[in-house]
Amino acid sequence: MMAISADPLNLIICGVGGQGNILLSGMVGSAYIKKGGFATIGETFGAAQRGGAVFSSVRVSQKREYGPLMPEGKAHLIIGLEPLETLRMLQKYGNPGTVCVSNEYPVVPAGVSANRDSYPDLDELKGAISALTKKTWFLDATGIALELGAPIAMNIVMIGAVLGTGQLTLSEDDIKAELQASLPPDRLELNYEALARGMKTVA
Amino acid sequence: MPNLARLATGSYHLLQGNEAIARGALEAGVQYCAAYPGTPSTEILTNFAAVAKEAGIYAEWSANEKVATEAALSAAYAGLRSISSMKNAGLNVAMDTLQHINLATLGDQRGAMLVVVADDPQSHASGDEEDTRWVAQMANAPLLEPASFQEAYEMTKYLFDLSEEFQIFCWLRDYTRLAHARGRVQVGEYKKASRKAKFDRTKMYTPYIAPPKHAILVEKMAKIRERFEESPFNTYEGPDSPELLIVCCGSGAPCSRDAIEELQLGKKVGILKLGTLWPFPSRLVVSHIRKVKRVLIVEEVDPYVETHSKAAVADARLTEAPEILGRGSGHMSYVGENSPDKVIAALCQIFGLKYQARDPEYQAKLDEIASKMVINRGLIWCAGCPHRASFYALSNAIKRDGRNAVVTSDIGCYTMDAFPDGTQLTNTLHCMGGGLGEACGFGQLKQFGFEQPVIGICGDSTFYHASITPLVNAIYNKADMLAIILDNSITAMTGFQPHAGTGRTATQDPTTIVSAEDLCRTLGCRVEVIDPFDTKATTARMLELLKDEDGVRVLILRRACELLRMRQERRHPYNVWVDAEKCKGDKCNFCYRILQCPGVGYDKSSGKAKILAALCAECGLCADLCPHKAIAKEERA
Repeated sequence: MMAISADPLNLIICGVGGQGNILLSGMVGSAYIKKGGFATIGETFGAAQRGGAVFSSVRVSQKREYGPLMPEGKAHLIIGLEPLETLRMLQKYGNPGTVCVSNEYPVVPAGVSANRDSYPDLDELKGAISALTKKTWFLDATGIALELGAPIAMNIVMIGAVLGTGQLTLSEDDIKAELQASLPPDRLELNYEALARGMKTVA
Repeated sequence: MPNLARLATGSYHLLQGNEAIARGALEAGVQYCAAYPGTPSTEILTNFAAVAKEAGIYAEWSANEKVATEAALSAAYAGLRSISSMKNAGLNVAMDTLQHINLATLGDQRGAMLVVVADDPQSHASGDEEDTRWVAQMANAPLLEPASFQEAYEMTKYLFDLSEEFQIFCWLRDYTRLAHARGRVQVGEYKKASRKAKFDRTKMYTPYIAPPKHAILVEKMAKIRERFEESPFNTYEGPDSPELLIVCCGSGAPCSRDAIEELQLGKKVGILKLGTLWPFPSRLVVSHIRKVKRVLIVEEVDPYVETHSKAAVADARLTEAPEILGRGSGHMSYVGENSPDKVIAALCQIFGLKYQARDPEYQAKLDEIASKMVINRGLIWCAGCPHRASFYALSNAIKRDGRNAVVTSDIGCYTMDAFPDGTQLTNTLHCMGGGLGEACGFGQLKQFGFEQPVIGICGDSTFYHASITPLVNAIYNKADMLAIILDNSITAMTGFQPHAGTGRTATQDPTTIVSAEDLCRTLGCRVEVIDPFDTKATTARMLELLKDEDGVRVLILRRACELLRMRQERRHPYNVWVDAEKCKGDKCNFCYRILQCPGVGYDKSSGKAKILAALCAECGLCADLCPHKAIAKEERA
């Protein structure tokens, strides 16, 4: 029997184009459907291949199908693949009960590279996120993925961390089954390791 | 992307709206699929192409939506089931054909044809928020709008049967929050379709002479209207006698359910969800509306259901007509997509409720902390993008030419030039092929005292799509213009679909390359082809072509999209680094502010430029252009 901490469970996965956001939301949604529930995913990406902000909303329920867009201020859990994007999503979907798992590795916007804007000080940014959530776990998921020699596996480190916090009622095996369904076999070992590293980091 | 031909009967899957439609079509026995890429409709054809060989079906990327529709029509004439899918803007291209089909009928071979049009409320990836439902009415095509992923799949199957029965094409309205969203779908049985194509030589299908054929079509639509009055795609949920009735369709249904749940209005508000939108089920709507005093219409984008509901109420001559609220009354906006919060706001206004998404203290904290820190992520070309070099050269050429050249452009990755973070050389920008079409006009204004040079821009895919005809027009009428084809060798913006210039089909089979330069030369233009990364030569050639006022000149700037090149070659061409001693930092800022490459940025600690390893494509463009020779490049072994 499927268990979720709220019904509907409103989850946001946010980041920047190319960070593997869509793969993550698909794995979570598909895993809950396999347990007999409903899952709906909304994707907002525009021309995101080109460095824009990307987020998916995932809404899980046992009773009925929810729409892809959740009302403002109603996120239970935000998985942030980039810290500035975590804060951007809190601005729209956060509430005092929101829990966050966030990568702390910044991807600077074009305006910052051009020295027109300035990216917030990382400690201040983390402080703001903590102040606006019930609890937040930070980790350098990009750093861990780089250690594994595969920066692209950052998203898997992140979902590992989410599993480690116990904030999502999915098991390591549930996510491994999704990885098997969506990745070529020769990539599985690396991604299992990324998953384990993420889990260990927050444990 | 799941293999849609291999989902087990009765199994549940997380499917994108576009995948649900494609699976429905496969189960319905579709054999002929044609489309031109366009967000958010693209994945429908992508999925057909992926399974085409094992499913024994035909899938093509057509040169444009009109050709796709005509090709699908012929397959239906030959007795097959066919589909043509497009985005809202693509519909405008296909309109001439669509307007005729149902007068002419699909013929007598029991073929069927489904047209899927994906609207883009909120213009996430479009130039407008065009609501295409009005057009289905204009073309006399039965129109369904799904409110869930399961419905998208089921309606697709149903519409093929309806099309075959009435010998007319049917219409499915897709939209961004369905097309590019994913949800649960239980699939049915799929069997490989095996119909043979044939055509009766003695038959003729044409709308001419229209009035009698129009009369037959009107009768068909009346019959279909009766079906739709009873359709299970129209459902009511809520109390027996609600205080307020929401009449909605598409994404309006989930947004309304959320709003009712948030405001705990389940005992007061009912939802009539319509799936059949044309012909409009007026009797059904009136039978619900007459029970209430107030009605709220939730749809996107235009007041389509609202207009038809008001007409239905007028026709029914109700003694106590209810108030119909929506766009006309100001409760809903004429602009943008549906959201739960928009419906919440409307319900609060109607019931006099106060609603706050979060507690005021938290909101105040958010406003104080977050709004200071959150900065935008502008859109700009990828590191290594050939368009960056092309527009840099164009900017220099226009400056050096000194006669205020006018630039008319069209739709592709180069459209980003017109966005806030682009170089903003573009003067007009409308639609596919519009760059060359508008250049034709500016290029004829000499007799009215117009002395500025004219530059029309298109891409490689938009060249084949809608730019050849304006080029012919320009040559025929002797327009004075420079046409620039920004050829990155793929349809990049929609996700790397091949086109007539690539030598590959949708199903990855090798084919003839339709050469843009050969075609232009044959038409009689002077044609030059150059790699835009050779920026000096490109600027010089542009200057020369601007001054050569002898009819139409064509400049093809050819270099493959960097993302495509990287996929194929899997390596960077150079090692690139900044020589900190030579770099002048913010005194110069050429690479990160003028060239605006995301692969290089300002490093606060050193006060110099810095290569951003995670983003840099090491294409070497900044090294070639750095005014102080402070960026070095070295070919990789």
